[in-house]
Amino acid sequence: MAGSTLRFSLLLAAAFAGRATALWPWPQYIQTSELRYTIFPHSFQFQYHLSSAAQVGCSVLDEAFQRYRDLLFGSAAFRFPHPIEKRHTSEKNSLVVLVVTPGCDQFPSLGSVENYTLTINDEQCLLLSETVWGALRGLETFSQLIWRSPEGTFYVNKTDIEDFPRFPHRGLLLDTSRHYLPLSSILDTLDVMAYNKFNVFHWHLVDDSSFPYESFTFPDLTKKGSYNPATHIYTAQDVKEVIEYARLRGIRVLAEFDTPGHTLSWGPGVPGLLTPCYSGSHPSGTFGPVNPALNNTYEFMSTFFLEISTVFPDFYLHLGGDEVDFTCWKSNPDIQAFMKKKGFGDDFKKLESFYIQTLLDIVSAYGKGYVVWQEVFDNKVKVRPDTIIQVWREEIPVKYVKEMALVTSAGFRALLSAPWYLNHITYGPDWKEIYLVEPLAFEGSPEQKALVIGGEACMWGEYVDSTNLVPRLWPKAGAVAERLWSNKMVSNLDFAFKRLAHFRCELLRRGVQAQPLSVGYCDMEFEQT
Amino acid sequence: MEQRGLGRLRLPGLLALLAALAALAAWSPRVSASLDLSLWPLPVSAMTTPRLLYLSPGNFFFGHSPSSKAGPSCAVLQEAFRRYYAYIFGSYKWHRGYNKIPSEMELQKLEVSVIMDPECDSFPSITSDESYNLLVQGPVATLTANRVWGVLRGLETFSQLIYQDSHGAFTANESNIVDSPRFPHRGILIDTSRHFLPVKTILKTLDAMAFNKFNVLHWHIVDDQSFPYQSITFPELSNKGSYSLSHVYTPNDVHTVVEYARFRGIRVLPEFDSPGHTASWGKGQKDILTPCYHASEPSGTFGPINPILNSTYSFLSKLFKEISTVFPDEFIHLGGDEVDFNCWESNPAVLNFMMNKGFDRNFKKLQSFYMQMVLDMISAMKKRSIVWQEVYDDEGKLIPGTVVQVWKMDNFDNELRNITAAGFPVIISAPWYLDTIHYGQDWREYYSVEPLNFLGTPKQKQLVIGGEACIWGEYVDATNLTPRLWPRASAVGERLWSHQDVTDLRDAYRRLTRHRCRMVGRGIAAQPLFTGYCEHEGRM
Repeated sequence: MAGSTLRFSLLLAAAFAGRATALWPWPQYIQTSELRYTIFPHSFQFQYHLSSAAQVGCSVLDEAFQRYRDLLFGSAAFRFPHPIEKRHTSEKNSLVVLVVTPGCDQFPSLGSVENYTLTINDEQCLLLSETVWGALRGLETFSQLIWRSPEGTFYVNKTDIEDFPRFPHRGLLLDTSRHYLPLSSILDTLDVMAYNKFNVFHWHLVDDSSFPYESFTFPDLTKKGSYNPATHIYTAQDVKEVIEYARLRGIRVLAEFDTPGHTLSWGPGVPGLLTPCYSGSHPSGTFGPVNPALNNTYEFMSTFFLEISTVFPDFYLHLGGDEVDFTCWKSNPDIQAFMKKKGFGDDFKKLESFYIQTLLDIVSAYGKGYVVWQEVFDNKVKVRPDTIIQVWREEIPVKYVKEMALVTSAGFRALLSAPWYLNHITYGPDWKEIYLVEPLAFEGSPEQKALVIGGEACMWGEYVDSTNLVPRLWPKAGAVAERLWSNKMVSNLDFAFKRLAHFRCELLRRGVQAQPLSVGYCDMEFEQT
Repeated sequence: MEQRGLGRLRLPGLLALLAALAALAAWSPRVSASLDLSLWPLPVSAMTTPRLLYLSPGNFFFGHSPSSKAGPSCAVLQEAFRRYYAYIFGSYKWHRGYNKIPSEMELQKLEVSVIMDPECDSFPSITSDESYNLLVQGPVATLTANRVWGVLRGLETFSQLIYQDSHGAFTANESNIVDSPRFPHRGILIDTSRHFLPVKTILKTLDAMAFNKFNVLHWHIVDDQSFPYQSITFPELSNKGSYSLSHVYTPNDVHTVVEYARFRGIRVLPEFDSPGHTASWGKGQKDILTPCYHASEPSGTFGPINPILNSTYSFLSKLFKEISTVFPDEFIHLGGDEVDFNCWESNPAVLNFMMNKGFDRNFKKLQSFYMQMVLDMISAMKKRSIVWQEVYDDEGKLIPGTVVQVWKMDNFDNELRNITAAGFPVIISAPWYLDTIHYGQDWREYYSVEPLNFLGTPKQKQLVIGGEACIWGEYVDATNLTPRLWPRASAVGERLWSHQDVTDLRDAYRRLTRHRCRMVGRGIAAQPLFTGYCEHEGRM
């Protein structure tokens, strides 16, 4: 159905080459005209509709109104002089917001409805949405519709938009283990995510390199596993702040605690947790993955994940499960004995499965759902049918397109990341490749396609810290954002380039250090501090 | 400080003396200290002892030796003292009260001595003497150099010797450093045409260059995309040819950059690339570009500079006259790369001109003709020229002393051999195009380049005056310039400064990791080499 309206809307955009081309990601349906309305910053306001379920006091929207007011007119909006000139065009002095379903204090979830309609015509200037989350998306769109003439007057054109996301899970992964990211870097990223209508912050908190998450049950994890236990950590307060900051922007926080591999930094804080590797018949002094042969391990995991389940409100946790190296397990006589006892033979995948199944049972018991990396599926771990599998490997064991088919044909929900490893930089306009990925371009039934809940852009941290994070992320991640939000047919590169180049200048204007797509300039360049 | 027993020093009289002796014992050298050394680029000779000296921010200063030819009236040095005091102590929190260091262990002063005419008010040049000797001992360290330029390099090294120990004390090992650069031309090329770089960003880059002992800012100031240089003689060039009127370098901006660079011992080498790469010139200067033809009609598009008109040369002569005054450096870069002959070929007037000149249809001859005219112009202005390798390749009759810059990666060693065999000085850039990014630790490749690794006599090798790391602007602007440039360009910095034998990648990794944290501490958003952390993370 969307096909015909979309072609229609694309044509319109071409015809009015004006303001609508500033939108990113492109809405599902848009009709806009040359007719424009003036907006006067001093008198303009966001208002709740009388019959809106959300009213003043709704934290999510109250704060959003404030944010968008600042973004549009600057915090100095009230210094704009009263207009004394005669008004030639009609004026819009408010955007009226009508939310149908009550609820301002809950957290966004995978099932949250983000639909909205935006109606700007002679009679009204109305943002209508089912939920506050939809209203947030609509406010962002509204902010992108407002433009400024060279003389400095603000305008918005007569516009009708009906919009909803193509996929419900639109994520961005940050890795705070390879390099620590200051809290402000994370919060700033959440802001830009909201500008791009991303709705999941996948927080790869810990890994081999460091353990910055400060656990109150096991404080030694951070004390001994962080780069610097005084400065390179996330306190409980930091985590709370991230979660609330994200919530206010309609973004879920999906916390990842990757095991049994990628856990070297856990070792110093929890003696006995990691497998001692052997060289010949002696411990070599090095350590491998989590030791799956000990009861203590599972007791630790029970306690630890109880904490995690409480700290992170999202229904889902990410349990990792990727890239488990079997060499160390193989070298360890205790593990070998355990394998024999369990009848696993030489199949270390069975050992891995044993560990992961036990862990999944623990986490399930806390009433949580989980996401895991594709190896868990590849290695045939028996998982609950509602497990979400994240596909990240481009070629191995099969091409990711094929992997998507396999995962969904087994009836699991899938998340796509393989083509969206943004840390892999190359020379030139590499956003195009990222943009042209079609997540459903695999062979499978409509039922299978329906199991693809979305995807994630991943910014792994080996070569990234707060010095280069922002320009590497933006506007490149925007290409993923549009792919996951907009209609499948929105894939014209020229149309995308025009809008994305414009959007990156808008990001600069909003203070985001987004790098250029090609030669050219922005009216407001990034200013060095 | 109590944990080191220094509190007892407050006791009066004999007690105090005894306590001081006890404290001395506590202040005995820490073996790990010398491992903390992370000089970048590595000096020619650096000898350090395990003996530690301590600096107290409240009781340390830079000063001139009585025998120095430079004194407090030397602004280059006074400004440098202020900068380096801030680099050494500024980014850390410190408290007064450090001045309880036993005097035998305290470093109180760095005394600077300039032996020859200091050149305080001169601009640095290709022949500037940058050598220095640094003797770090208590209570007064000495930095000796022939000229201020060597003092600047030595101050940078001195600042790199000082670190905060685990108790927060500013510490340096007793050391003796003798240092001078391997190559006299160590440059960074920035491109302000593909993207405009705000002046602040350029100044920041100059700071970082000084931290890496670079001494040439090659300013590729204009190109096809935009003409941000505001000419006094031809204001229309930037009025019409810049991206916008706020994307312009005013004469004052240029002066600011040149002076800021001078204070850091850095030359500013302006490039006005022609006859190709000049599309933006055409907007503000009528008839300067060649009209391209389609069949027998002008197509409405334009090609390289029109080499057949007298008006072209009188324009260029005025423009370069201005440039030669605005930019004090002895050299002007004239470009001359990637000239596309299609447009010239299409234009009947150009063809006619070629026939009259007897060039046949050899457009390289036309290009040579053009370059020769410009080269002669520059030489008449008592300036020297640098050109991209094509100008040599196309067998232009180059004036002796013209410097050729090699940028093409294919067979660049061969190119170096040929150019030096013909007796021309050469600058290497081919392996150092930092704008072409790769995933991973590509600094290792830049670092492993040996500039003199081509077949040639010692005399030929001497003609290699240095190299430049180039960060072209197609995908680079103020948002990503700094992290892309640093610390990747640092690898080139060491290659051009340090001895040929300094090639150990592991040691380089160790030092460069610390050096990048040092840059971060000084406000340069230098990106990480690999997994890890800095004590003071940048929030850029």
